[in-house]
Amino acid sequence: MSELNGSGGTVTVQVNGERVTLPRGSMLIAALLKTGAPCRISVTGEPRTALCGMGICFECRAIVDGVPQQRTCQIVCKEGMTVETQL
Amino acid sequence: MEMYDAVILGAGIVGAACAYECAALGLRVAVVEPGVPANGASSAGMGHLVVMDDSPAQLALTHYSRDLWREMQNTLPAGVEFEECGTLWVAADDEEMQEVFAKRKAYAQRGIETEVLDEQALRQAEPNLREGLVGALCVPNDAVIYPPAAAGHFLALAQQMGAKLLYGKRAVEVGKGKVVLEDSTQLTAGFIVIATGTDVSLCPWVIVNRRKGHLAITDRYPGVLRHQLVELGYLKSAHSLAEDSVAFNLQPRKTGQVLIGSSRQYGDLSNQAEPEMLRRMLERAVEYMPMLAGLSVIRVWTGFRAATPDKLPLIGPTADSSVLLAMGFEGLGITNAVGAARLVLHHITKAEIALDPQPFLPSRVGAPEALYV
Repeated sequence: MSELNGSGGTVTVQVNGERVTLPRGSMLIAALLKTGAPCRISVTGEPRTALCGMGICFECRAIVDGVPQQRTCQIVCKEGMTVETQL
Repeated sequence: MEMYDAVILGAGIVGAACAYECAALGLRVAVVEPGVPANGASSAGMGHLVVMDDSPAQLALTHYSRDLWREMQNTLPAGVEFEECGTLWVAADDEEMQEVFAKRKAYAQRGIETEVLDEQALRQAEPNLREGLVGALCVPNDAVIYPPAAAGHFLALAQQMGAKLLYGKRAVEVGKGKVVLEDSTQLTAGFIVIATGTDVSLCPWVIVNRRKGHLAITDRYPGVLRHQLVELGYLKSAHSLAEDSVAFNLQPRKTGQVLIGSSRQYGDLSNQAEPEMLRRMLERAVEYMPMLAGLSVIRVWTGFRAATPDKLPLIGPTADSSVLLAMGFEGLGITNAVGAARLVLHHITKAEIALDPQPFLPSRVGAPEALYV
């Protein structure tokens, strides 16, 4: 559980190409929220971000390390991870 | 007693199209629907508008109907999601490639545009298909729609032109220009059109088998495919009347979602999705397009095709000349709904139609003993 309870240190990920540094143990959605980048753009063109934050609502889906439709509220940041707004 | 020129039983896409055509002609129309409009095969199917050549009559009807859809495409609301994506009939071996040429010839005889793709052209058209496929026949003017929205559109237009929509009540008796609903309401009608899909309770002399199908839909992955893709092996598997079968059948939705089919089963009347059939269907899809294995499916469901023994729909008058049928469309009800509505109109008004109505007449299944009131 040391990864989740933030036993010190930081981790750096990329949000739409921008480097973001967070406390180790942060969820990926935190990185998106820190930059203000939307997770995805809805089918009607609206920007979307996390609503429930617990893996149920699927609003926080984004492209993580090249894989689309990943729930960023369920993924712990790892060093060098990339996340992109999903169009 | 309420009086109508035409009472349509069933608000699926066929009944809705019939209601629209009749109302547009100025007839007094009522639509009777016990449940929710388009709650049967109309909301379970893929919505592929496709020309099919499994018999000359089917080819004539699907061609006529598909082109009616194309003519009305600019009048359809955005929610109908009409998209002329074309169909690629994919050949996996040389035998299926012969089928490509045979199909092209049959289509050319009716003036239907097609294009033969070789292996390289197919890879260019659909880069996510596996290597080693032999080619395909492209039918560029085939299209897809979202059928429940189309049914809703036809019903709304019919209503605007004065049609009355009677929802929540089942018709229990029909005949001799009269319809009795379950609450004993009586309607008189010049014509009654039975468009109840697989429900033959009002015309029990008709044989319509429920042929179960499964579908799965993915999350949004824009650009995965551009055309509706159907394996030519489908023609072998889908026509087997006895065995359960699956076939590779993919459809791009406007939302970027991928609709994955298909399965065919007789004799299973439960609407539950079955893991074994789903597994077979999805494995077949992945065989043709390996990258599908990495996509998320967000929903699976089942539906029932209304299959007749000779694989042609029943459209036209019965022994009781006030009662017409428009049912038994199997997997082509979405495509053929608009053509069927024109045929119904032809039988009601004797209006000219550029299609031979004969092969679809219900009289071919024997002399019915209609349910007289």
